[in-house]
Amino acid sequence: MKASDVGSKQAFGAFNPALAAELLVRFIREEVTKVGFERGVLGLSGGLDSAVVAHLTARALGPENTYGVLMPYRTSDPTSVSDAELVADQLGIRTILVEITPMVEAYFERFPDADRVRRGNVMARMRMLILYDLSAALRALVIGTSNKTELLVGYGTIYGDMAAAMWPLGDLYKTEVRQLAEYLGVPERIRQKPPTADLWVGQSDEGELGITYDVLDAILVELVDRRLTVEALVHNGYEEALVRRIAEMVRRSHFKRRMPLCPKISSRSIGHDFRYKRDWGS
Amino acid sequence: MRFLIALAQIRPVLGDVSRNLAQHLEVIARAAEQGANLVVFPELSLTGYYLEDLVPEVALELAHSEVVVALREASATHRVDIAFGGVEVSEDFRFFNSAVYVSQGEIVHVHRKLYLPTYGMFDEGRYLAPGDVLRAFDTRLGRMGMLICEDMWHPSSVYLLAQDGAQILLCLSAGPGRGVRGEAKLGSVEAWEMITRAAAQAYMFYVVYVNRVGFEDGAVFSGGSGIVDPFGRLVVSAPLLDEAVLVGEVDLKEIRRARTFYPLLRDERLDLVLRELQRIYARRYHLSPHDEGF
Repeated sequence: MKASDVGSKQAFGAFNPALAAELLVRFIREEVTKVGFERGVLGLSGGLDSAVVAHLTARALGPENTYGVLMPYRTSDPTSVSDAELVADQLGIRTILVEITPMVEAYFERFPDADRVRRGNVMARMRMLILYDLSAALRALVIGTSNKTELLVGYGTIYGDMAAAMWPLGDLYKTEVRQLAEYLGVPERIRQKPPTADLWVGQSDEGELGITYDVLDAILVELVDRRLTVEALVHNGYEEALVRRIAEMVRRSHFKRRMPLCPKISSRSIGHDFRYKRDWGS
Repeated sequence: MRFLIALAQIRPVLGDVSRNLAQHLEVIARAAEQGANLVVFPELSLTGYYLEDLVPEVALELAHSEVVVALREASATHRVDIAFGGVEVSEDFRFFNSAVYVSQGEIVHVHRKLYLPTYGMFDEGRYLAPGDVLRAFDTRLGRMGMLICEDMWHPSSVYLLAQDGAQILLCLSAGPGRGVRGEAKLGSVEAWEMITRAAAQAYMFYVVYVNRVGFEDGAVFSGGSGIVDPFGRLVVSAPLLDEAVLVGEVDLKEIRRARTFYPLLRDERLDLVLRELQRIYARRYHLSPHDEGF
C-alpha cells in the first residue's frame, strides 16, 4: 500500500470544505464579537494560509472590519506583496503596508553575525509586534494564520507568527486548507505557489521540512487524529525513519503549543488548579 | 392529549447566571405566547457548559435559589411547564449537573446527570458528582423522563425510563459538533439524529431533544434540536448552529397507535432482564449466590 493510499479520505470520508467554512466563519464572528470586538487584523503575506484567513474573516466580520497588514522585508519575494494585494482587492478589505526592513536592520546592527534562523525569527516577531500594535490602534483582534500541520510539527515562530488571539485554521491540515481555499475562491496563482515562510531567498516549507505536505498530513492524520502507533503506520507501508522523525517533531515542539510553565507552590496556581476557560463570562 | 412543546435552542453565556436567567424568562414568555405548554432548555442552560472552576460559583441550592423561584413563578404566570439545566449543590456540598422540571410554580422533578463524560474534550467528572437515581415522573402533561446528554448514550437509561412508563423523554443536551469529513452534516449531528430516532422507535414514545448552540473556547455546540414521534418520525427540527425557539405538537394518542402496531413494550421480559443482569452482576463483581446482597 502506498503512503498516499492511507490518507484521511479513506479513514474519515472526504473533507467537506463548505461545512468547514461555515463553522470557521461562525467561530471567528462569535469569538471576536462576544469579547467586545468588531474587527480583525491579520498579516497578509500573499500565501495560501493568510489568503484563506482573510476570506474567512471578511465573511465573518465584513470586509470593512478586516485589516490585512502587508509587512515585506527587503528580501521578500516581490510577488508576496502583489499577491497579498490581489487577495485584498478581491475581498475589498483594508490594507496597511509596513516595511519591516528598517526595523529589522536596526536591530541586527547590534548583532551583525546573527544567522538566518535568528533573522527569520526576528522578522516573524517584528511582524507580531506590528500586528499587536495595530490591534490596539484599530481595536481589532489579531487573527492568526497557523494551520494544524505547522502547529503540530512546530514549523512556526513562538511569539512570532504563532502569536494571535485565535487560529481559525488550527484544526485544518495544510492539504485541507488547500481544499478550503479552492472552495472560497482564493485566486489560482496563490493556490499554486509552493508554500514558503519567505524569510530568506529560496526558502520553501517542503524543502525545509524535507517532506511534501501530502505525505506529512497523511502521517499526522494517522498519528494524531486516528491515534495509530508508529508500528501500525510502518505496517501500513510508511517508512519507519520518516514516521519516527515526524512523531519526534510533534513531541519536541509541544512547548510552543502550551502556555509558559508556572510553578505550583501555592494552594491555587495558574495553569494547575486555577481553571477557567478564556470565554469565562462571555 | 395534544399539546405544544417549545424547544429553546439557546446560546448561554458561560458563567453568567443572571444574564442567562433573563434570556430564559424572555424565551418562556415568547413560547407561552405561541401557545406552548412546555418549554425545554438545553443542558446547563443557566450556566454554560465548560464551567471548570466556575462550578461552585454558579451552583444553586434548588430549594432556596432566587433563580429557581423566578423560573417557578414564570411557570405559574405563563401557565407553561419548564425544563431547564443548571448546577445543583446538595446539602452535603456535592455539585450536580441537573435538569429541573417546574410546573405551576413548583419543582416537579430533578434529574441529576448519571454519566459524566470525562474523556477527550470532556472533563465533567473532575468537577461534578454523578447522580444515582433514574425515575420517570408524572406531570400535568403526561408521564415524562429526563436525561442529560451523555445519559442518552447509555441505552440502559432510555430502557429504564421506558419501562418506568415515560411517554415523553426529554433530553437536555450540550452536544459539541465535530467531524467535517463526510456528507453535508457534522458527524456528531448525524449520530444524535440516529440515537434519538432509534430511541423513539424502539420504545414508541416521544423524544424531545434540545441541544444548545454557540462557541465556548473554540468548541461549537451544534443545535439541531427536535421532536421525534413514537413512530420515529421527526415532528419538528430546529436549524443547526443558530439560536431558535421552535414549537412542535405532541399527541399522546400517537403512543397508543404506535404501541398497537408494535407491542414491543407489552412483550418486554423484565424478569428475563433482571435474572440475566443479576447473573452478569454476580460474575462481574465475583459474588457467589451466597454473598450478602446478591
